[in-house]
Amino acid sequence: MANDIFTDKKVDHVKGSRQFIADEPHIAFHDKRLWTLRDLRDKEAHGIAEWEQLRELASAIKSHTLTHLADYLEEFERNATANGVTVHWAKDAAEHNRIVHEILSARGVDTLVKSKSMLTEECNMRPYLQDRGMTVVETDLGERIQQLDDEPPSHIVVPAVHKLAKDVAEVFAETIGTDRSNADPHYLAEGMRQDTRPYFIKAGAGMTGCNFAVAETGTVVTCTNEGNADLSGNVPPLYIASIGIEKLIPKMEHLGVFIRMLSRSALGSPITQYTSHFRAPRAGGESHFILVDNGRSERLAMDDFWYSLKCIRCGACMNTCPVYRRSGGLSYGGVYAGPIGAIINPTFDLKKYSALPFASTLNGSCSNVCPVKINIHEQIYKWRQIVVEQGQVSFVKKESMKLAGKVLADPKRYRAWSSGAGKAMASLPRAFLYNPFNAWGKQRELPEPPGQTFHQWYAANRKPEQET
Amino acid sequence: MKVALFIPCFIDAFFPEVGIATLELLEKTGCSVVYPFDQTCCGQPMGNSGCEADARGAEALFVKNFADYDYVVSPSGSCVHHVRDHFTAVEQDAATRKVRASTYELVEFLHDVLKITDFPWAEFPHKVGLHNSCGTLRRLGHASPSELNVAPWSKPLDLLRGVKGIEFVTPQRPDECCGFGGTFCVTEEPVSARMGYDKVRDHAGAGAEYIVSADMSCLMHQKGCAERLGMPLRFIHIAQILNGARH
Ligand code: SF4
Repeated sequence: MANDIFTDKKVDHVKGSRQFIADEPHIAFHDKRLWTLRDLRDKEAHGIAEWEQLRELASAIKSHTLTHLADYLEEFERNATANGVTVHWAKDAAEHNRIVHEILSARGVDTLVKSKSMLTEECNMRPYLQDRGMTVVETDLGERIQQLDDEPPSHIVVPAVHKLAKDVAEVFAETIGTDRSNADPHYLAEGMRQDTRPYFIKAGAGMTGCNFAVAETGTVVTCTNEGNADLSGNVPPLYIASIGIEKLIPKMEHLGVFIRMLSRSALGSPITQYTSHFRAPRAGGESHFILVDNGRSERLAMDDFWYSLKCIRCGACMNTCPVYRRSGGLSYGGVYAGPIGAIINPTFDLKKYSALPFASTLNGSCSNVCPVKINIHEQIYKWRQIVVEQGQVSFVKKESMKLAGKVLADPKRYRAWSSGAGKAMASLPRAFLYNPFNAWGKQRELPEPPGQTFHQWYAANRKPEQET
Repeated sequence: MKVALFIPCFIDAFFPEVGIATLELLEKTGCSVVYPFDQTCCGQPMGNSGCEADARGAEALFVKNFADYDYVVSPSGSCVHHVRDHFTAVEQDAATRKVRASTYELVEFLHDVLKITDFPWAEFPHKVGLHNSCGTLRRLGHASPSELNVAPWSKPLDLLRGVKGIEFVTPQRPDECCGFGGTFCVTEEPVSARMGYDKVRDHAGAGAEYIVSADMSCLMHQKGCAERLGMPLRFIHIAQILNGARH
């Protein structure tokens, strides 16, 4: 599955979820763990009287920024440059990777320590650099677990949440030589720490992503719980930040709105342990900011989907999503999983991700938890229409909906169906109804067919003279 | 008050007793009820599965059937949600706009329009878990969703409190989706069934004898799950309880 993310292979969410569900300990843990985060999030959100106003405000700040994005990007560039930072622009993933590689190779750097960044995942940067002889070390615990297991992150905030401690013990035993039989989380975290620390000393460069880029000051702000962004950004002499252009906010005074909500939404904690501001290169050092588009301007031009650029990547929509909790992030087959993945991934490749808008019950909980009020479930609904319009839907479904539409548009044909539906169901042998091809009957009993339809009852008991 | 009754296709075909309870209940509250005879469906199954264009005929027929009434009332939250929020395959002329604005789900009609909270004829001496479907909860505003920081309210509970002898139990995740989700229940069968199993186990764990809901489709799915798991849970539409069903 790891490699499928960067192929054209159509994602089969049903298949992925079936595998995940079949494994009881993993699905039960996954569901419970993420529900706990959602629960903690509720307590934090309900503890702030002005929470709903904060969401409004955050959404409005993002709308404003996105509708004036070019101006804020230029302001950011001016201020960052004035601070002594070198600013680069990358139109897509390939350009981003090339810029990073050029910066590193020009300075003879062969080891890069990096803190978690979904954007570099999106660009598939690690394999690119590794193919060119560089060592790239993830320093976030969850991301490191995924790197060592050669799997993409399954969650944007907690990348290895689908693994049990014993799975991590296996991965670490194989790769960094910890004791296979010891699955104590503290032991494993310490093992990873001992393995990773030397790289900070050795690395010629450090890299982070960016949670917020403040135009007014030219600052990159990162929020982490492990302090690994600070080590990555400050220990090596060369610092690179990868910044999605939608990460801009106008002023420092706006930061507080998002900081109050980011960690509360993500993990149900009031704030992340570290909120770090990267402004100027350290004495004798060098800083590079790369502003990356990679499809974002195109998304900004999409009437129905540009709001998705407001996303601050808190992961709350994933934690609350009943489908995500039961199918696991890897089943979405993309860099972004869950509800946000269902609306972002199709903007990258509609054909490949055409199944994702259907991996939702449209229950709307995602939209309600979203701190920037993205109408996620409405965008999912809209994507479904587009997926069908573009012909990315099975023949059977297309034809059955066409037929249903015809029958339901015609009272006479509908009566013929509805009066027969119950009888047809009653007359079919159980063996047929419960065969593996009948999706309903596989794991559920069917409703008992009634003796008559409501329509027939009404005709017999109320005003039969109206019968047409 | 004159109201038109909309009985969605799956209630018509599989759950006529819910249609009958809705009709009788509205009559008990003093409404004069008309059931337009040529009705079929609101178009939701097609819109929900992305085939909005195929919903045009059903939506046009819906407008034709219901354009002449002040109120259209239906015992199905998800269908009303479709009419209100996604009924866009058909031309948005004056008649369509009128129909969309005058279509109500039964609970909100009783609660917001008729403002009835007492059902002297009703008695339901059982332990009941309430299932708010996602469409009624988050789109029609039946109750306060747990995600939002807002003062709590619940229209179905306001109504059910007017029923003698009823006792409520609360599951641990009261407003998590049950996994029905329209065509989702078939196209995403593995997750759908798992969600349904988790839902009925949660209700049973809280001690529910009955699960009550304003959405029959969620109940059909949950009932199918409970029966397959061999659980003794029972399922009933809110219209049936309010109309005086005892079991
Ligand atoms: S869409 Fe909203 S809830 Fe989901 S990750 Fe982005 S900001 Fe968070």
